[in-house]
Amino acid sequence: MTGLLQAIRKSPQPTFHHGVHPEENKGRTNRLPVARMPFVGEYVLPLSQHLGAPSPPIVVPGQRVERGEAVARPGGFVSVSLHSPVTGTVKAIELRPHPNGKLMPAVVVQADPFASQRDQFPAVPDPLLSARETVLQHIQSSGMVGLGGAAFPSHVKAKVPDGKRVQFAVLNGCECEPYLTCDHRVMVENPGDVIRGFQILLSLVGAERGYIGVELNKADAIAALRAAVGRAPLPIEILGLEVKYPQGAEKMLLDAIFHREVPSGKLPLDLEIVVNNVGTAAAIAQYFDTGKPLIERVVTVTGDAVSRPANLLVPIGTPVSAVLEHCGLRQGEARQVIVGGPMMGLAQKDLDVPVLKGTSGILAFTSETVRVQAEMPCIRCGRCLDACPVFLNPSRLAMLVRTESVDELERYHLLDCFECASCSFVCPSSIPLVQLMRVGKGLIRQKKSSK
Amino acid sequence: MKRHAPDLIITTAPFLREGSSTPELMRQVLLATIPVVAAGTWFFGFGALLVIFTATVGAVAAEWFLSGNRSGLGTLADGSALLTGILLGLTLPPPIPLWMAFLGGAVAIALGKVIWGGLGHNIFNPALVGRAFLQAAFPEPMTTWSAPVSSWFSSSSPYVAVDPRTFALPLMRVKTDVITAATPLGLAKFQGKGTDLWSLFFGNTGGSIGETCAVLLILCGLWLASRRALEWRLPVAALSSVFVFSSTLHLIDSTRYPGPLFMLLSGGILFGSVFMVTDPVTTPITRTGAWVFGAGLGFLVVLIRIFGGLPEAVMFSILLMNAVTPLINRATQPRTFGY
Repeated sequence: MTGLLQAIRKSPQPTFHHGVHPEENKGRTNRLPVARMPFVGEYVLPLSQHLGAPSPPIVVPGQRVERGEAVARPGGFVSVSLHSPVTGTVKAIELRPHPNGKLMPAVVVQADPFASQRDQFPAVPDPLLSARETVLQHIQSSGMVGLGGAAFPSHVKAKVPDGKRVQFAVLNGCECEPYLTCDHRVMVENPGDVIRGFQILLSLVGAERGYIGVELNKADAIAALRAAVGRAPLPIEILGLEVKYPQGAEKMLLDAIFHREVPSGKLPLDLEIVVNNVGTAAAIAQYFDTGKPLIERVVTVTGDAVSRPANLLVPIGTPVSAVLEHCGLRQGEARQVIVGGPMMGLAQKDLDVPVLKGTSGILAFTSETVRVQAEMPCIRCGRCLDACPVFLNPSRLAMLVRTESVDELERYHLLDCFECASCSFVCPSSIPLVQLMRVGKGLIRQKKSSK
Repeated sequence: MKRHAPDLIITTAPFLREGSSTPELMRQVLLATIPVVAAGTWFFGFGALLVIFTATVGAVAAEWFLSGNRSGLGTLADGSALLTGILLGLTLPPPIPLWMAFLGGAVAIALGKVIWGGLGHNIFNPALVGRAFLQAAFPEPMTTWSAPVSSWFSSSSPYVAVDPRTFALPLMRVKTDVITAATPLGLAKFQGKGTDLWSLFFGNTGGSIGETCAVLLILCGLWLASRRALEWRLPVAALSSVFVFSSTLHLIDSTRYPGPLFMLLSGGILFGSVFMVTDPVTTPITRTGAWVFGAGLGFLVVLIRIFGGLPEAVMFSILLMNAVTPLINRATQPRTFGY
């Protein structure tokens, strides 16, 4: 009677509606302290690893760069700087494989094997004493982007447009993707950084209260954050949320915390709320403490094809192959390598792709875990409707995509799908629903551009 | 540094699956039919098992030959044809000639499923399409019922009882001494006689092979719901609706209209609610739609049973509701987040 019971029993913990419960698979890494990934020889820094305009390079091949020195500048307002994670020489500016499957322009830096690679960065002003514009500019030139995965430039989020105001700021510590534990470790090990970064964000957007949403499978993180807040009288509240995917999606998180829905096509800003990832807050605090721009991040490396799973502090640009080798990849047994989480990540063919600013996990699976199942006809069981966090009808949308009924697709609100893949996850007929949703969005775009 | 790992599999996210599968769902419903088949055999003899078996052979044969299968199990592998055959068999009267059962099974698959495009594409419940065909083509055998040969209190062995009509061939007339019996609904409608509720509850009455034992059907339904193999809203809505409408009539005039318990325990409403209404393909996909479907079904069942010409109405009511399911789906689309 599980279905019946679930329907009758109201969940006592705050959460959003619908969603799914994948196996967490976080047990192998959630107690491992963050370790440092050793330096390697070559770093590949794609000029486009954030949402927005690519960053034009400001170095030339052969030029010597220091660890933390900018190699590319913001290509516009919605764009950020890019820095070399090592002291070395610019080897080339050329097309390199990107985790998105394409060849993308990148600055390639050859590390100097004799350099100390010490943390020595130019001083930055105190963010709580400086003018708002100065702080925003510093955040932009530190290369800061959202570390949750979408890699949206942080200074854009922190700049409240004229005529708008922000009432609440939210930090996202859900980490609802299975396997990933990087945000978890950051919250446990650097709760002070998270809180200080959050204070900077709170003052930038002028919010009166801050909330940090953390799923209840991270009790130690909740305790650590509460302890960090406890010492100071701050308007910050830590909220334990039910464990459910995709709670880390901005709109779902706001539904869970405030029981308010972001209107279709709008942003949290329209509810006078701004959401950032906990890792981003910690990175912002570290930048203003030490002057260290965004040149490394914590990445969870796990999966059953990895013999030494880890939470690693990895310099941006390190090849995925080097990270996997460091973690004991079972050569020959790995059948699938994923950059990102298992629900929304990307499978890789070429393991020389680099770790990006938005890379939260590297997963390697053996044939035990990788199961490619044959698609069967839809029997309209309705499980995808129960799973979809934005209340779409994926079964019907899939049918409409297959018949290329573009007008109907829009009428059934396909554009509100954010591709969380919950529908594909539950489908008993193994229909690639989320893939069909992407195809459908392409059809709509095509029709709009041909008009 | 190795540039390529050629044996890496490229698929799209998600890389995890919940793990339930459509054949697995079919298997669970198939498992749930086993006790019902056993009970039908107990009450109506070995002949009843032969009827179910033959209807299943008809369905499976039609599926294999009409679905373009060339070798192996083909489309039989999903188990849906097998299930359609068994469900059809369970809705037939025990003494029906075997060739009719076979034909019914074949028609159920051919006109009920394959012609629409196979699994997932049909509008009407395939087993009930087969039954409706038989009802239209052979009204007399489809309404000739045998009395249960066994009861919980009898020691006679049911497993050898076979009605001689079972082996009748087309155009053949069979004289038989086997006791025929009216169904409880027939008794109520045409002779104004009631049936003991306990008999209805345990199934010791005339009727279709699988429909008589109420307690077993309820248990099967609960088991399927516990395995998430059925959408519980559909049977709950259908049965509640029958309860509400028949209670209303019963309260108006208890001498003319039978009570709600009799209406729920007699005829095919329980069997239909557990095994027919829960066919996901032919019932609404939306949760609101499930309530609408069930409510409409219960209303039609009560309406036809009491005011219509036939004593039983579950089959036609389900088929009627199947027909409006696309409309129900369209009218009950969930509100999108943020609208």
